[in-house]
Amino acid sequence: MPSIFELRDISYDYDGVPALRELSLDLARGERVALVGANGSGKSTLLRMLDALCFPARGTLSFDAQLISATRLQDDAVALAFRRRVGLVFQNPDVQLFNPTVFDEVAFAPLQLGWPKQKLMAKIEETLQLMGIAHLRERPPYRLSGGEKKRVALASVIVLDPEVLLLDEPTATLDPRSQSQIIDLIQGWKGSSKTVITATHQLEILEDIADRVVVLEEGRVSATGTPAEIMANRELLLRANLVHAHRHTHGSVTHSHPHMHSHSEHEH
Amino acid sequence: MSRNLLQSTMIGFGRRLTRTMLSEKIAREHGLLQSLDPRVRVVGLLALVLAVTLSRKISVVAALLAIAIVLALSSKVSPVTLAKRVWLIALGFTGVIALPALFVTPGRAIASLGSLSITEQGLRTATLLVLRVETAVTLTTLLMLCTPWAQVLKALRVLHLPKEAVTMLAMSYRYIFLLVETAGQMFESRISRTVGGLPRAEQRRMTTRTAGVLLSKSVALGNDVYLAMESRGFRGDIQVLSDFRMRSLDYVVLLLFLVAAAAAVWMGR
Repeated sequence: MPSIFELRDISYDYDGVPALRELSLDLARGERVALVGANGSGKSTLLRMLDALCFPARGTLSFDAQLISATRLQDDAVALAFRRRVGLVFQNPDVQLFNPTVFDEVAFAPLQLGWPKQKLMAKIEETLQLMGIAHLRERPPYRLSGGEKKRVALASVIVLDPEVLLLDEPTATLDPRSQSQIIDLIQGWKGSSKTVITATHQLEILEDIADRVVVLEEGRVSATGTPAEIMANRELLLRANLVHAHRHTHGSVTHSHPHMHSHSEHEH
Repeated sequence: MSRNLLQSTMIGFGRRLTRTMLSEKIAREHGLLQSLDPRVRVVGLLALVLAVTLSRKISVVAALLAIAIVLALSSKVSPVTLAKRVWLIALGFTGVIALPALFVTPGRAIASLGSLSITEQGLRTATLLVLRVETAVTLTTLLMLCTPWAQVLKALRVLHLPKEAVTMLAMSYRYIFLLVETAGQMFESRISRTVGGLPRAEQRRMTTRTAGVLLSKSVALGNDVYLAMESRGFRGDIQVLSDFRMRSLDYVVLLLFLVAAAAAVWMGR
């Protein structure tokens, strides 16, 4: 399958603190990829770079065989074409929801891209219905619950129907029902032409949301594989700080072992 | 009232005020100001604010305040709402500044409080100052209450305010709520970890540290918000759904606003 993103030897730092180090990665068109790693492993930075919100200090980033750089993105036509094709849902929905109502929030991106009014209204209506937030349309986003905010944040991006969807911890801090709604949505894209890149440290959802898992450690790719392959590699998961030693007592015997959960089984 | 009760009341008040300002409920009512083209609202009300600041006569500023009240009533903004949310606060802040003017402005004494005398000129100066602030704040609040923020921004762009200034306004206004909320939470968390009273010097240090942390948080938040806007195609120009269209009523009301502002400047000079 042809690559939609190609990253070669990418490095990036925040005021001298490295976030990505000589990272190379290919992401195929239509692929569902999960980026996993502990806090600070570089997942969010990588997503922001894929959305051209920050640019490599060293190395190259290509989208659809075109180099992406700050200079190229200064051109309005290039930037708008890119924004039309790639959408990012931020980890913190409060960052993303800055409009007075849910309706305005969903309308924001199509308006900036200059969609005709008729197409825009129809698409907003369809998206509100799809995400189950039509009844919230007149509500200010900052007064919604955490799950509702996440759904509005997702709606505000998927309204454009982007080819590439970048999701930063889409299910973190959500109640089980809201989590399952978002997982169902990602599962629904399986087999479509949409490329879905999800950053998460929730191993229990990997099989539902990804065909391939990329493990990040200290800004580098330390392993890739299918969810089953990655989940079977306990040594890797422990080293990447994705599972932890769980200590508990059976009667008078106390012992410890790696602790993890999955949908199909609960291991101890 | 204990200091903690006063502080928590202020925080609660700030939260409520910001929510009210951001809800844009009044902007969706069908009133006079809401029915006008947003450009007319921005130009007309800001022209009146300019007239208020240039007028030196109490009677002229009072007339402009009367116009503001008529506008509020015809735009379904209750004077009680204005009194509670605007006039009392403005009076509190301006009163502190205006009070000394009663005593220190030289002139004919009309009353005395112990060794201090209230002068006629001082009373006039203080009254003019308070009236000016009340009127200007009322007019600005009417603009904000009766116009969705996105339309205010678009109108400002149409009036050639620089892109950068409009972007800064867009972000700061939208995130006032979040910052007030964060400030409130920081305050509450500090209260929950404080046993007994703190010395004044320590209180000042803590307030300074809190302000510093809040500033750092707001810089980081501002940066993230800008990136989130950019990610969804924002290029510095706010695009809103409704297209502005001037009707006959808009031209008439704009003319009335400008005539009233010019007359106020002329009569109040």
